[in-house]
Amino acid sequence: MKVAQVAHSWLSILRSNMRSHSITRSHFTYYPTSLGTGKKMNMVNAINNAMDLALSDDKSALLFGEDVGFGGVFRCSVNLRDKYGKERVFNSPLCEQGIAGFAIGVANIGATAIAEIQFADYIFPSFDQIINEAAKYRYRSGGLFDCGSLTFRVPCGAVGHGALYHSQSPEAYFAHTPGLRVVVPRGPIKAKGLLLACIRDRNPCIVFEPKTLYRAAVEEVPMEYYTSELGKADILRHGKDVTLVGWGTQVHVLLEVAEQAKMNLNIDCEVIDLVSILPWDTNAIFTSAKKTGRVIIAHEAPLTQGFGSELASQIQEKCFLHLEAPVKRVTGWDTPFPHVFEPFYLPDKHRCLSAIKEIVMY
Amino acid sequence: MSFLRKSMHWMGAVARQRQHLKVIRGAISTAARDYSSEPPNDFGNFPGAKAPFVSKLNLIHPEDYAPIPIYRVMDQDGFIADESQDPQLSREVVEKMFRDMLLLNTMDKILYESQRQGRISFYMTNFGEEASHIGSAAALEMRDLIYGQYREAGVLVWRGFRIDQFIDQCYGNVDDLGRGKQMPVHYGSRELNFVTISSPLSTQMPQAVGAAYAMKMKPDNDACVVCYFGEGAASEGDAHAAFNFAATLGCPVILFCRNNGFAISTPSNEQYRGDGIAGRGPMGYGIATIRVDGTDVFAVYNAMKAAREYVLKENKPVVFEALAYRVGHHSTSDDSTAYRSAEEIEVWNSVEHPISKLKRYMVHKGWFDETEETEFIKDIRKQVLKQIAVSEKKLKPNWREMFEDVYDEIPEHLVEQREELERHIGAHKDCYPLKNFEK
Repeated sequence: MKVAQVAHSWLSILRSNMRSHSITRSHFTYYPTSLGTGKKMNMVNAINNAMDLALSDDKSALLFGEDVGFGGVFRCSVNLRDKYGKERVFNSPLCEQGIAGFAIGVANIGATAIAEIQFADYIFPSFDQIINEAAKYRYRSGGLFDCGSLTFRVPCGAVGHGALYHSQSPEAYFAHTPGLRVVVPRGPIKAKGLLLACIRDRNPCIVFEPKTLYRAAVEEVPMEYYTSELGKADILRHGKDVTLVGWGTQVHVLLEVAEQAKMNLNIDCEVIDLVSILPWDTNAIFTSAKKTGRVIIAHEAPLTQGFGSELASQIQEKCFLHLEAPVKRVTGWDTPFPHVFEPFYLPDKHRCLSAIKEIVMY
Repeated sequence: MSFLRKSMHWMGAVARQRQHLKVIRGAISTAARDYSSEPPNDFGNFPGAKAPFVSKLNLIHPEDYAPIPIYRVMDQDGFIADESQDPQLSREVVEKMFRDMLLLNTMDKILYESQRQGRISFYMTNFGEEASHIGSAAALEMRDLIYGQYREAGVLVWRGFRIDQFIDQCYGNVDDLGRGKQMPVHYGSRELNFVTISSPLSTQMPQAVGAAYAMKMKPDNDACVVCYFGEGAASEGDAHAAFNFAATLGCPVILFCRNNGFAISTPSNEQYRGDGIAGRGPMGYGIATIRVDGTDVFAVYNAMKAAREYVLKENKPVVFEALAYRVGHHSTSDDSTAYRSAEEIEVWNSVEHPISKLKRYMVHKGWFDETEETEFIKDIRKQVLKQIAVSEKKLKPNWREMFEDVYDEIPEHLVEQREELERHIGAHKDCYPLKNFEK
């Protein structure tokens, strides 16, 4: 399917783009979360720091995947093999179904498995292991066996030039599977907190990490061990007119759009980072929807059967009498993720802003 | 080729069958004949493989290798060919082996019939493969962790899973350890270190490898993992993943293939073209390999003993192929005479049957008593029939358990869904089989 070399050269392209074009080419402006004081870290550093803490905190913890040993194609596991040994931080053969199955077995014994799938686009060979096995282990055995101590780290999302197989956001496929936890961080502080929470959580978890944020997102990240609550959304901006819901990179698009809507249109948007896709924070979304009466959901993944569909149907069911307009979804189109057409594909700030105008005028 | 030699050497030590070893070595030297005419030490310096150069174009054919021989201790008449291979098991152990095989066989016959009568929804028998279950289980320690496919109930019998536990699972009643959530024969036992069976084939294979790795990491580990699978399942991608991960990551796991000739209706010659599953081990994945007669309980026992010792000592895997014949239908949803002859089945159900072979051995030893056997089978029949009557009358678990164990704790949305169902059932009590379920 792919070789380390390709991924590696791809990484260097990504890195050079980050350096030279990150401002001109990216479709979002990063909004850091302020949270006390800490060390300035990008998302790669924060994830590395989280795994460092997890490995030192729990002697049974193992970290593995393709090219994880030398530090990973995105450098997330850099130095960890030297620090914890090649028995605990190691390369697997190039086989996603093997990585997932192996992780389940490690977790069956009660040891902690942190498994990396190099790109979310390549998680599908392990779909069977994740859906039929990991998600159902506890249930089907009546609680005799489980694989709760496993966590998958999976780089996902648009990156400017990733085309079909380095850009996908497959969260909705997994959201349809009872037994899994699925989360998406929006930046370094969240990435560290969510990863540590998932590693500790007694259920199989998938952390989809928007890879475009790996280096673009920088925050003051606390150095100590902390966890971010799973299943809980974050209200990042309070407003009374429209609720904007997104996750991952899209949160930053929505924050910028909310600012523009306020400045140019005097529309007050509430911006919510859903954070957890499964189980998701119904309470936060319903409360906000009831308050504003207007909801826009935005995600990079295609429209049809995207996770936005689930949110929209639940919002109309639970907030029907409060809605002033139909719930609007601004998403990727129902096409594969294209290479040169990426600027026209993404649910960018212009499309989101149009949606706000539309929903307010309804 | 040295790793092949090494593994063959090991296999030879297990089997002490010099004769067979000669055959293999002969085969290897046939394949290597062209290499040997080259100047020595003219090796390629490629990272991908260590091998000599040749200047003659030569396609390596599967026929260049002799098939991996089948290790056998006892012939079909129950005689031990090479006394040095007699495991010298006590009468007590041999009798337990025999009784456990009979128990499994008798229980299978009745549960199969009870499915035909519509009393349980589904069943899969173990006919013809009793020796590979019992022989392998007997060579292991209870602390060794088992991952199975679905046709390994004999391993559970050996470990002490009770008749009531088998039958309660098939009925999915309140006493089913799996809480009625899976189809019949999907057994599991934490106490007996037997990981719960699931239907998707081969998924357990890389899991067993991961478990073996995690166990290896424990200080002073003295337990291994055994993963059972059929030759059909070995065609799945997960089998490839498991073989390769086990080898590259050095995992103390025995990958135990039950090669019974059929995957439902598909004969093994439509499943693969190589030398069975064993043939993939040494050259394909660099794994020490053994092939045994799976109808010979002593051969399976000896080989498993040696395999267990090897995986724990070396922290490396073993590929273990037990050849047998699936005497029964694939499952209660299958009529196997649609794709094979009744005459063929009959041979494997009589002269070549593992229970008959062990019985003949016991006769030679003077350990077999026909009346005792008849009494034992009668007693098991009685127990199984009685248990069926008891198990089918037991209530099913409370329907609310449907929402439990999805996660470690019931999340809010599932609590709401359970409440919704509660309200619905409250209003439509007559529409649901509530009296069959625990309150």
